[in-house]
Amino acid sequence: MPDLKLASARLSSAAELEMRRLTRRSFLVGGAAALAGLGAWRWLTRATPEDGLAWPLRRTLGLNQRLAEGLFSPRRLAPTFPDERVQGPARTNGLVGLSDNVDAAAWQVHVEHEGRDAKQAITVRAVQDLPRADLVTELKCVEGWTEVMHFGGVRFLDLVKRFSLATRSGRAPDPDNNPGDLYRYVYLATPDQDYYVGLDMASALHPQTLLCDTMNWQPLTREHGAPLRLYLAVKYGFKSLKHIGLIRFQDQRPPDYWADRGYDWYAGL
Amino acid sequence: MQRLEKKHPRAVRWMHWINVPVLSIMIWSGLLIYWANDVYDVGVGGITLFHFFPDWFYRALDLEHGLAMGMAYHFTFMWFFAVNGFLYVVYTILSGEWRHLLPNRYTPREAWNVVLHDLRLHKGPLPRAKFNGAQRLAYTGVILMGAGSLLTGLAIYKPTQLSWLTSVLGGYAWARAEHFALTAGYVLFFLIHIAQVIRAGWNNFRAMITGYELVLTEDTSHA
Repeated sequence: MPDLKLASARLSSAAELEMRRLTRRSFLVGGAAALAGLGAWRWLTRATPEDGLAWPLRRTLGLNQRLAEGLFSPRRLAPTFPDERVQGPARTNGLVGLSDNVDAAAWQVHVEHEGRDAKQAITVRAVQDLPRADLVTELKCVEGWTEVMHFGGVRFLDLVKRFSLATRSGRAPDPDNNPGDLYRYVYLATPDQDYYVGLDMASALHPQTLLCDTMNWQPLTREHGAPLRLYLAVKYGFKSLKHIGLIRFQDQRPPDYWADRGYDWYAGL
Repeated sequence: MQRLEKKHPRAVRWMHWINVPVLSIMIWSGLLIYWANDVYDVGVGGITLFHFFPDWFYRALDLEHGLAMGMAYHFTFMWFFAVNGFLYVVYTILSGEWRHLLPNRYTPREAWNVVLHDLRLHKGPLPRAKFNGAQRLAYTGVILMGAGSLLTGLAIYKPTQLSWLTSVLGGYAWARAEHFALTAGYVLFFLIHIAQVIRAGWNNFRAMITGYELVLTEDTSHA
């Protein structure tokens, strides 16, 4: 009996020795992989920031943007809701760039094109002469809350068509047949440029991008950006600039208030 | 007598362990995002039992005022999570590993026996198989949860361009809640998984690193 035990122990030790060898090797490989992972994490968290974000993260957001732009379609719309879904006064969030000057009758939106000296000023009345557009949809804030709201005004697309904006040639834009004539970006800002947003042209010309003079069927209040504000269904709320004083069409990517503070520039929904 | 028995393929071991840091980073960055609108409670009949999350929780883990950073990490590491999960599913299909992992007709009964066994209510030995019924359910379920996280995540990432998906999931607010609930599910899975691994012991744990398990051979000559 003791002999048998001994034989069995010797036999099993071959397997155990092999297991020990495997374990040593696997733990070494695993340990090296874990160290490499830790090193990569240190590298990532200490990478030089670009606009408040480590550059590899900023670069990845850029890749995500290119993918989203490639798959973007102006025919895909945000869901709309029946009017009854709008509840109570609209939530306010963010007052940067607002002023007490909300005189709609005297208000002018200045329009500029990169590389062109001619500047235009468009009155609120001229904007309001465009076909009306009403939208009851869900505003999405980057913070994570949403609210069903009514936005009333005119389509940004109709504005650029009526006033022949956004093109290098100065002719009326034709996004379907002559997209190359369009500038790549739009920059919009409050009159003193304290708050500003940058938009890709496709998002600006989306049919649910509006210049609004009413919200929840009431004239815009000062807090909501009177006399004229933007609303985009394809962006987080922080891109929906209030109190529009300046619109500039350009090929260089414009700065953006929240993108300068660590957020994604594209912020597309 | 003992011998070595091949248990987990190399690819499965790598994908399993890669998931540990990737999922940790996804949950951490998800919490940074959730903090900015932390609206979920569990309660009964209007009485809040637990708020996700109490202030001390955010403070202890330094989760406050990190929305921009959280989004950037989340939308970077989502790629690792998605690609790793996709490769795992493709691998299990092509390698035939799915036969050990998918539930079959014996699974429900077996899973029930495992639960009774683990609760010390059932003394009989468990069937000797690579994965028992409870494991089959758990490891298939967690892959479905991963797919759910991807879908609910996409629904709140691109709610306009993918509005059909967001609508199918009940709208933006619901999709966000589902995304959160699935994460809570991972944490629960993780707790049980760790407890079971500790119970199963070193030989079992080591197999997830080396790929091999030491098993007793029934040596008939000595019987």
